[in-house]
Amino acid sequence: MKGLDLTAEEVAGLAARHPALMRPALRDRVGGPILALALLGLFVFGLWDLDISPARLAGGTVTLVRFLALMVPPDPLGHAVLFVQALGETLAISLLGTLTAAVLAFPAGLVASRNVVANPVIHHVARRIFDVIRSIDVLVWALVWIGVVGLGPFAGVLAIACSDFGALGKLFSETVETTGHRAREGVRAAGGGAIDEVRFGLLPQVLPVIAGQALYFFESNVRAAAIIGIVGAGGIGLHLYEAIRTLEWREVSFLVLMVLVSVALIDTVSSRLRAAMRG
Amino acid sequence: MTPGRDAPASPSAVVLLPDDRLGALRRGYDAVGNRRRLKLLAGLAVLVLLAGVSARIAEIDPVTMWLKFGGFTSYFDRLATLDSGARVWTDPVEWFWGLKKWSLLLGQTLLMAYVGTLWGAVFAAVLCFAASRTTRRDGRVRFAALRFLEFCRTVPVLVFALIFVVAFGLGALPGVLALAVHTAGSLGKLFTEVVENADGNPAEGVRASGGSGIQAIRFGVLPQVLSSFASYTLLRFEINLRDATVMGFVGAGGIGEELLVAIRRFYYSDVSAMLVLIVLTVVALDLMTERLRGRLFPGEAR
Repeated sequence: MKGLDLTAEEVAGLAARHPALMRPALRDRVGGPILALALLGLFVFGLWDLDISPARLAGGTVTLVRFLALMVPPDPLGHAVLFVQALGETLAISLLGTLTAAVLAFPAGLVASRNVVANPVIHHVARRIFDVIRSIDVLVWALVWIGVVGLGPFAGVLAIACSDFGALGKLFSETVETTGHRAREGVRAAGGGAIDEVRFGLLPQVLPVIAGQALYFFESNVRAAAIIGIVGAGGIGLHLYEAIRTLEWREVSFLVLMVLVSVALIDTVSSRLRAAMRG
Repeated sequence: MTPGRDAPASPSAVVLLPDDRLGALRRGYDAVGNRRRLKLLAGLAVLVLLAGVSARIAEIDPVTMWLKFGGFTSYFDRLATLDSGARVWTDPVEWFWGLKKWSLLLGQTLLMAYVGTLWGAVFAAVLCFAASRTTRRDGRVRFAALRFLEFCRTVPVLVFALIFVVAFGLGALPGVLALAVHTAGSLGKLFTEVVENADGNPAEGVRASGGSGIQAIRFGVLPQVLSSFASYTLLRFEINLRDATVMGFVGAGGIGEELLVAIRRFYYSDVSAMLVLIVLTVVALDLMTERLRGRLFPGEAR
């Protein structure tokens, strides 16, 4: 490293003038490496405990590369119509699931917001309910709903609606809590009641934001809806599962491409919509 | 209707416009309002139409829904009932009879999430410097890195797991790899944005005093972005734990397989016991990471 050529005295002088910079506290110097070592130690323990060996990794990678080679060119192998129908079903599940979740989560999110319902007990109970629902994966919800309404896309819609209810409810209530109180005070000062306060003082601030959040969830739910077919809750997942199990790799790559393209399209449309809602 | 619009203003505080000019303003205001309302209605109409089409495709039948809703509540009723017919909470020992086995599996799930997250985060941290505009001038490398990250995060994590199970064999390995690949994709994007938003002056300073590109990243960029990296990684850890709980559904390790078997064979009290354990673990990790993230950024409230 060339650069500044300092003499030893100059360096010593700098060290004397800025002791804190040249000689950081022991805690700062030791803390970082110890934390890094601990993280690394747990990582190595995990590799050992989970039976992840270089030999298995290498062997599997060779197999994986062979599969990748078998994936080109992507080809529906005569099932194109079936796959397109399944993709439509996936999009439908995602849309309805997100819509149901958003419609239900909106009032629930209001109830869970500190600045709408002042009662701390209600606020906390609602938040904890969201947390519990949120911490159960969508596939588990799908299995539960299959037990109730049977196999098929309907169970998928309900599963996505359930798991998103928790996530959106939490997000909505956080959004409502970040709003300013000026507009609501204005409404109250002009003689509005509690309902007017929410309708004119709160909703105009939060609606565009939560509509954007719901749109974003729709997009990520397309991915969730693409896998719930694995357990039998409708959509393209079932075909994907079958194709992988029967090692029809060209079908697999075709199906994955279908999902990727539709996610990309929805992404483009929804980011435009979001921008329009903000403006 | 805007409250107070028609209220008489006191003449001293508000300058009242003459009626003709006020009328013009009022018409303009109404026109804007009407246009917005029309747009909103059109949007709602499109949404309802789409929902209707979707409902047909997804074979949704409100009548079945209504009839089956009793099934939903009775499902939860069965979840809360032991084989003996008693409520689960009256006999916690019987309810959590498999606590030792389930805790071990849950521990394995946690470890999978941890290893997958760290692995993916390291990948993401390397790739993000290749993908960000400020550290990599070469457009082609950047494009390739960005597309690769996009691929990794758009393919659902369970699809990776399914493919990896075939390639690597059953067990935790394919699950960890799937989590790592997906994590690399989603964190890589976030990390790239963090790096692009970092102040460029320190890196420039390092380069001006003779440092190499690597040194510029190490001393000029990394100190600025490390806490954001850690914060996003913690957030991802929590998401990955949730994903790891279902990896077992496709044979990729963790508690999922046990859960799937219990659900499929209608061992209701086992299902609820495992769900309780999963929820407790996820919520505990959630609270812990939130606190850690709070310590990373003491200035912010959250």
